[in-house]
Amino acid sequence: MRYVVAAKAPRKVRLGRSDYALRGISYVTVTAFAAFCALPFVLILSASFSSESAIMRDGFGLLPKEFTFAAYEYIFRAPRQIIGSYVVTIVMTVAGTAIGLFIIAMTGYALQRKDFPFRNSISFFIYFTTLFSAGLAPTYIWVARYLELRGSYLAVFLQLLMTPWLIILMKNFVRSVPYEIIESGKVDGAGDFRIFLQLVLPMMKPALATCGLFLALGYWNEWYLSSLYLGSTVEFKPLQYHLYNIINTANALRNSVAGSNVSITELPSNTLKMASAVVATGPIVLLYPFVQRYFVSGITVGAVKG
Amino acid sequence: MVTQTSVGRHEALPTGSGKAVPTKSRKPLLRRIGDNRTLLLMCLPALAFFIVFSYAPLPGAWIAFTNFNYRDGIFGSPFVGFRNFEFLIKSGQLWLLTKNTILYNVAFIILGNILQIALAIMLNEIRSKYFKKISQAVMFLPYFISVVLIGVIAFNLLNYDTGALNALIQQTGGDPIKIYSIAGAWPIIIIICHLWQSTGYGSIVYFAAIMGIDNSLFEAAAIDGASAWQRIRYVILPSLKPTFIILLLFSLGGIMKGNFGLFWNLVGNNAALFQTTDIIETSVYRMIISQNNFTSSTAVGLYQSLFGFALVMLCNWIVRRINEDYALF
Repeated sequence: MRYVVAAKAPRKVRLGRSDYALRGISYVTVTAFAAFCALPFVLILSASFSSESAIMRDGFGLLPKEFTFAAYEYIFRAPRQIIGSYVVTIVMTVAGTAIGLFIIAMTGYALQRKDFPFRNSISFFIYFTTLFSAGLAPTYIWVARYLELRGSYLAVFLQLLMTPWLIILMKNFVRSVPYEIIESGKVDGAGDFRIFLQLVLPMMKPALATCGLFLALGYWNEWYLSSLYLGSTVEFKPLQYHLYNIINTANALRNSVAGSNVSITELPSNTLKMASAVVATGPIVLLYPFVQRYFVSGITVGAVKG
Repeated sequence: MVTQTSVGRHEALPTGSGKAVPTKSRKPLLRRIGDNRTLLLMCLPALAFFIVFSYAPLPGAWIAFTNFNYRDGIFGSPFVGFRNFEFLIKSGQLWLLTKNTILYNVAFIILGNILQIALAIMLNEIRSKYFKKISQAVMFLPYFISVVLIGVIAFNLLNYDTGALNALIQQTGGDPIKIYSIAGAWPIIIIICHLWQSTGYGSIVYFAAIMGIDNSLFEAAAIDGASAWQRIRYVILPSLKPTFIILLLFSLGGIMKGNFGLFWNLVGNNAALFQTTDIIETSVYRMIISQNNFTSSTAVGLYQSLFGFALVMLCNWIVRRINEDYALF
């Protein structure tokens, strides 16, 4: 996606004073806004390396006070909870992204085939779900009571497999595959599924990467469905829901360090919360520089935001 | 690829009108199904997904007109007509939720678009490739992380005992503020958090639109001796107008929907703040999670769906009148 970062072709016209002024303002403002975006991350990171007493005395700040690994030591002293959450989240993210991506690609491909007579009606059938929905309560009752998925990871896993927006996005990407490719496959006697698997899929790597990123983010950042359908019924909560509980309930904080013999008052609760946030967010931020460009292509090729 | 974006955006959307249906659809239906069984089978998992998770719950909206209890089920529970809605209207709750949801969205739309456009224009001025790349990366980051972390950040900054803001106030000799009990402060906090989360990401659309402007327009402006401000005023802003109008109308169509995750992770169950922070989604979620109140929550949800549906239809009708190509259907 070089086109977004690449500078425009140099113009031959000389720059005036106002051009330099605008450029100066732009550099300053963009730097300031970027700092504004980055600052909270620095605050969390530094707090997680501070000592609890320093936080209690001086409050949170930009630099670690009385640098220590104490909070991380607490988390990893009894790592059962955090490792369990990691495993749940990783398994869901990998499996969900793979399965979801395959279904989305298949559907996007079929709906883009110009010789498929049902493509408009199926597209609308999928799209309509964004226009009108039953709302949270009937969906909850349906999934929890009638499908009997309360307390099951499946309630979370299945509902995140796809969104109408991702199917539309994929459909849009598939358009760039020349129809001649499909026709050449037909001439060679390949079936529709084989054409998809062997000819179209290999040409759709950027599309797969982009949709895969959005799916994976959905799974990794999931806390909402977990709070509805899992609650406290499972031992290992998905990572972000685990973090959500640590932040919001004192009990979860104590359980997260497993030692029920530790009284809540002895816990470095402030720094522990921050360290948990770092641990739960870490991997996705490390991955971020490598996948950022797919974000951009997602929104530029994609349909409506969100 | 940039020039494709404007094309891609509207063509991405399915058209329900069926204008483009091939003429050979004269064959009988069963025959057409038979001829396309592989492609239909390929759509089947997705169709099953939407049937199970989006269409099957629809009849459950009937709960809004009943006094629901688990034992009798959706259609066995006593029918009460519009009494659930009457209660929500009389208690003033529906009005408060509607007002909050719409006002927040109006603020998000106006401020969000202004900031996104300004940021896109300024990003376009930056010539250093690495500077642009790194600053963009940092600005997208908030969209990338989970909203739970935004709750942590707010706690880190704002809590009474140890929050960074109160630490700063105390260092300068002031008295700490109990921000989590001042309802009036939260609209500002929520708006700032929303802008923090979405401005960098939202600016991509406008940035792509600026990159797509024909370079000859800029050259012509420069030859005519246009200043930087005139270039923005007479070249860039007019070129962004179509993008702006379409995005505006789409966001108006979604004005009844809220950024649930953000609101819930910032405010949660803090009743002291509800007057200024409760939106439809947070209220529905709370009714389910902590009160097991399915009748009111279904009623509010149904009201939101119907109202939202009407708004999308209206906005789409307006978009159609402006430019048929951009309409959703």
